[in-house]
Amino acid sequence: MTATAAGTAPAAAETAVPTPSLARRTLAVFTRNKLALAGAVVLVALSAFCFLGPLFHSTDQVHTDLGQANLAPGSPGHPLGTTDLGYDMLGRLMTGGRTSLEVGLAAGLLATFIGTVYGSVAGYFGGWLDAAMMRITDAALAIPALFLLVVVAAIVTPSKLVLILIIASVAWLSPARLIRGEALALRSRDYIHAMRLMGGGGTRAVFRHIVPNAIGTVVVNATFQIADAILYVAYLSFLGLSIPPPAADWGSMLSAGITYTQVGYWWLIFPPGIAIVLVVAAFNFIGDGLRDAFDVRLQKSGGNR
Amino acid sequence: MIRFLIKRTAQAAVVLLLVSVIVFVLLHQLPGGPARAILGPKATPQAVEHFNHQQGYDRSLPLQYVKYLGRLLTGDLGESYKLNQTVSSLLADRLPKTLVLTGLAIALAAVLAIPLGILQAVRRGRAADYLLTGMAFLAYATPVFFLGLVLILVFSQRLQLFPAEAPQADTVGGILGDLPGLVLPVVTMALGVIAAFSRYMRSAVLDNLGEEYVRTARAKGQSSARIMARHVLRNALIPLATLLGLYLPTLFSGALVVESMFNYPGMGLLFWNAAQGSDFPVLLGVTFVVGVATVIGSLITDIAYAVLDPRIRSVS
Repeated sequence: MTATAAGTAPAAAETAVPTPSLARRTLAVFTRNKLALAGAVVLVALSAFCFLGPLFHSTDQVHTDLGQANLAPGSPGHPLGTTDLGYDMLGRLMTGGRTSLEVGLAAGLLATFIGTVYGSVAGYFGGWLDAAMMRITDAALAIPALFLLVVVAAIVTPSKLVLILIIASVAWLSPARLIRGEALALRSRDYIHAMRLMGGGGTRAVFRHIVPNAIGTVVVNATFQIADAILYVAYLSFLGLSIPPPAADWGSMLSAGITYTQVGYWWLIFPPGIAIVLVVAAFNFIGDGLRDAFDVRLQKSGGNR
Repeated sequence: MIRFLIKRTAQAAVVLLLVSVIVFVLLHQLPGGPARAILGPKATPQAVEHFNHQQGYDRSLPLQYVKYLGRLLTGDLGESYKLNQTVSSLLADRLPKTLVLTGLAIALAAVLAIPLGILQAVRRGRAADYLLTGMAFLAYATPVFFLGLVLILVFSQRLQLFPAEAPQADTVGGILGDLPGLVLPVVTMALGVIAAFSRYMRSAVLDNLGEEYVRTARAKGQSSARIMARHVLRNALIPLATLLGLYLPTLFSGALVVESMFNYPGMGLLFWNAAQGSDFPVLLGVTFVVGVATVIGSLITDIAYAVLDPRIRSVS
């Protein structure tokens, strides 16, 4: 963190002893790490596009218009063309993006929350409870997430909320393992012993000591979880197991485009595909930046989807 | 070593048992039970009752689980609701085809990723390294199905080089006989693996290049090429081989998407069709088999690692 101190030289002389706050460290890293900064910029731009875009380019994404179907990009009023049902592609990219971003964000955060609590409890209490809890995650992790997701999505018909719950119910496993490792290391610290001598209970230990001290790992993991959740939404939609039409998200837009690859309707494929790649890469870059900021060591699975 | 083997195998057995519990629980989470799922919302109560009795769903849960486990142990995964075949016979037909697809993808990935990783490590910090690193990050963020669609658009629709449909032959031999049809599915599956493996190879080679034995070899006057081939590569390949075992879940997920996209007649397509048609015995049978394969894969990985690197044994 010497580079940070050098950057804020006058202040650093007086406040050299206390470590800079979490927010300040994060800011410092973002200004230094160009990729993380680029990720943040892309993310803000894409969110603005999806949530504010419809104010400037309002379209009907509910009623089909077969007279306007399959128009190529550049057609009057349809800068990105239209789909096979006559939906405007640019407008659909916005509404679809809202679903992808909202569900991905909510599912990623929920998964991180569940995983954090589960992992801290297992790691803090240890012993047979830990062993039992971890064998359960081992078993669930043995089944590839996508397979579990498909089975659950085949059982229930997804709405936005259901989709969030389904994805979170599968995605909490890897943060749980990660935080458990962190909690195992923290539980033998002196301040935990001191707290216990003063009569503090397990709940207090987990929520007041373990979780706050593992916050770096939690935050970094949350960004990767969100990236993964956005991909899961896309995979499920692509496999036809997401929110039914006329609702759309980037994955289902791609899946609708697959029928027309042989006639070369590329505009059905590239916009949603590139949007997914951009947003997932952005979250990953931000996560990498945060990892450097918190100096967290964690293996990014890189796959396991 | 023996103790390690026994401990690790016992652990895997416990995990396998829990996998069976998860699959069993999922089967019973179906809204209205499996009967409603298969007979439809309009089925009469009598029909539901008859179905439940016939399938044994009217008994107590623990009893059902024991029966279920007993059937699993004899290789009986139930019968498809739709295809009039047992799940095991369906799997016996489809699994080899999926293994052909993933095997080819892994082979292609290894052939390309190992030299790429070495190249990046040797040229660290130069243009080639940055370019390949950027491409790997891009590949990480690209969903398999988007990649597949782009490949179809470019190589099938535009250039007309390869068909967009996978081989449809009944036998493994027939599938291997249709090589042009295999190109796009295999490449689609391989690209993500290449990204991951080459990143791994890069850091493994870099780690080993910093080791004392490399300095010793250099001091003895060995050429860089010889050091790379005789010393660094050998040491870097051991962890890569074990990475393969940990990569199994990703490979199965990739097969699921690629097969349903290119209509490749493997286990992934079977699973996808079962999901579309609420064919729960097939869905859960495939899920169980994939879980078993993953557990056994990581067991073999750990054992292989312990055999190759004695330090691991003493730690665990």
